[in-house]
Amino acid sequence: MNIHEYQGKTLLRENNITVPEGVHCTNVEQALAAYDSLGSKVVAVKSQIHAGGRGKGTLYHPETREHVMDGGVKIAFSREEVEAYATKILGNVLVTIQTGEEGKLVSNLYIEAGCDIAHEYYLALLVDRDNKSVLIMASTEGGMDIEDVANNTPELIHKVMVDPNAGLLGFQKRDLGMALGLQGAALKSFGKMLTNMYTMFVREDCAMVEINPLVRTGNDEIVALDSKISFDENAEFRHKNWDDLRDLSEEEDVEIRAKETGLSYVKLDGNIGCLVNGAGLAMATMDVIKLYGGEPANFLDVGGGADEEQVKTAFSIILEDPNVKGILVNIFGGIMRCDIIARGVIAATEALSLEVPLVVRLAGTNVDEGKKILAASTLNIHAADDLAEGAQKIVALIGGEE
Amino acid sequence: MAIWIEEDAKVLVQGITGKQGMFHAGKMVEYGTNIVGGCTPGKGGQTVELQGKVFPVWHSMSEAIEATDADATVIYVPPPFAAEAIMEAADAFDWLKGEGVIVCITEGIPTLDMVKAVAYVENRPGVRLIGPNCPGIITPGETGGAKIGIMPGHIHAKGRIGIVSKSGTLTYEAVAQTMSIDEGQSTCIGIGGDPVNGTGFIDCLAAFQADPQTEAIIMIGEIGGNAEQEAAAWAAENVTKPIVGFVAGATAPPGKRMGHAGAIISGGKGTAEEKFEAFREAGIACAMDPSELGQVLLESLKAAGLR
Repeated sequence: MNIHEYQGKTLLRENNITVPEGVHCTNVEQALAAYDSLGSKVVAVKSQIHAGGRGKGTLYHPETREHVMDGGVKIAFSREEVEAYATKILGNVLVTIQTGEEGKLVSNLYIEAGCDIAHEYYLALLVDRDNKSVLIMASTEGGMDIEDVANNTPELIHKVMVDPNAGLLGFQKRDLGMALGLQGAALKSFGKMLTNMYTMFVREDCAMVEINPLVRTGNDEIVALDSKISFDENAEFRHKNWDDLRDLSEEEDVEIRAKETGLSYVKLDGNIGCLVNGAGLAMATMDVIKLYGGEPANFLDVGGGADEEQVKTAFSIILEDPNVKGILVNIFGGIMRCDIIARGVIAATEALSLEVPLVVRLAGTNVDEGKKILAASTLNIHAADDLAEGAQKIVALIGGEE
Repeated sequence: MAIWIEEDAKVLVQGITGKQGMFHAGKMVEYGTNIVGGCTPGKGGQTVELQGKVFPVWHSMSEAIEATDADATVIYVPPPFAAEAIMEAADAFDWLKGEGVIVCITEGIPTLDMVKAVAYVENRPGVRLIGPNCPGIITPGETGGAKIGIMPGHIHAKGRIGIVSKSGTLTYEAVAQTMSIDEGQSTCIGIGGDPVNGTGFIDCLAAFQADPQTEAIIMIGEIGGNAEQEAAAWAAENVTKPIVGFVAGATAPPGKRMGHAGAIISGGKGTAEEKFEAFREAGIACAMDPSELGQVLLESLKAAGLR
């Protein structure tokens, strides 16, 4: 789960990490009031969306798609400029390298006081799957795309792994700070910031914290100039405040509804809908559709113990996508019984008066009963014995390869 | 022989009084697993009836292991308490026996809880953790066997193919594929789809290589991380038995989590293409479609003079 920069900065502030003064706004009047209250002649006017590359993005009119302005993060040197930038950002669509062509509508703005920058660094904390511990990564090459730094100059990325039992140790903070060339007051400020950052990472169940840039000011203070924070959704049960931080407009509406019914759904661009049990098998089903010349319209895992109602919801979610021309159901019954799935499929196709071709492949627990139920129905359901046959059938039924 | 779990292994169930625990413990007893009891804090002294047999419940894992000399435990405890359950079991096995196998089925455990739990288990070298977020481990027997987890027991048969996979239902698919060419399984392990887990691919490959019953291996990976690449490189050096591989997620878009918390392509890394390539480089025979695993396995067995 991602949060906005302005929410991340509040969190950083609460954890005693220095960030510039800033105000969250949703309209131009608020932006001007923010400028007045900050008392800084130079401010940054920053679009708030859940995607990186905002500074180099482009703003377009949401309907006409007319070009409005280059850059979703602007430095304003006067009240007039704040007004001009805020007007051009709010209500328009920001397209960045991470948003895709559609871009994202900007409804939130962050006005932040200027900062005296002596040097820009990069800092990230994340869980490293190979070392099974929290990894802290820092570089002197702040403000740049870290993937490029990793590819071109990997020696400029410095890492420490935190032992979960010992916690972040003094020498690790010193090593990392000195690798960045910090000394004196700046090194001390960096160490204090890092302790607070690691504590926050663990306490708030973060999945990733990325500060790019982290800056050293002229006064040798370490300040977080940007913040990109995401949380580990598995830990939601112990963070009641996440509900308030979640910006539902940033998430696909149908993915949210799927999640509410215990389904895992991701929309794709193809035309063959899939309904599968198990994440691995769901991915494999998409792969095999593609292998036989089709294009999957979605990833959908109904989980281990879906009931008739969930199968019905899954069908209705798949059918909401106007691109769907056919559906492949692939179930390997373990806990889930094939007869129950078969009944669910029939109930759903009847209730939704399904018009597109449907291929059902059943295997595992109670497979024979499941197949009997499908065969006895008068509906236009095609059976398949294995995944390859299922994929070939559905591709043929919707008119072969695209 | 088989790996880690013998056919008659004595198994405890953590969370046996819960809905999930009771249901799956019943299925395990039905399959023939030697369940010796369960553990639910606060419900010690009670009993649970499964398939007409009565099983004791203890407050703690140390009591349960002391009383039963269990070899393994399976965890069906909800996510908020699962990491603690793993550590309790690890502590008790280490203290009382110096060894033990912990199978954690629970899905949705916070990643940082697992960071802590895995470090705790790794400090107790005789203790092995399988999972979490996995179907478990099964060693089929001539009659019955040891099914420790949620997989459908009836699709398995004793044999010589070892299976290791990140995914549950894809493991079942692989099992069905071995059966389609009249081969059974030595041991099947689901290592789970979470980013931080216990036993990995390399542990399983090493054990299969050392196990006389296992003559060939199926390895199934998915997008995210680079465990498959590392395992392939390791296998090239250390495994002489034929390996057949598949990787799920070739069509997954970057940056989207595909059901499993760990199944995400980030920064262009962890793609299926990359993993298939690593498999091929290591001499692993790849199936591009899981319904071809049987045929690819058959060819590999023939090439190795095993059919």
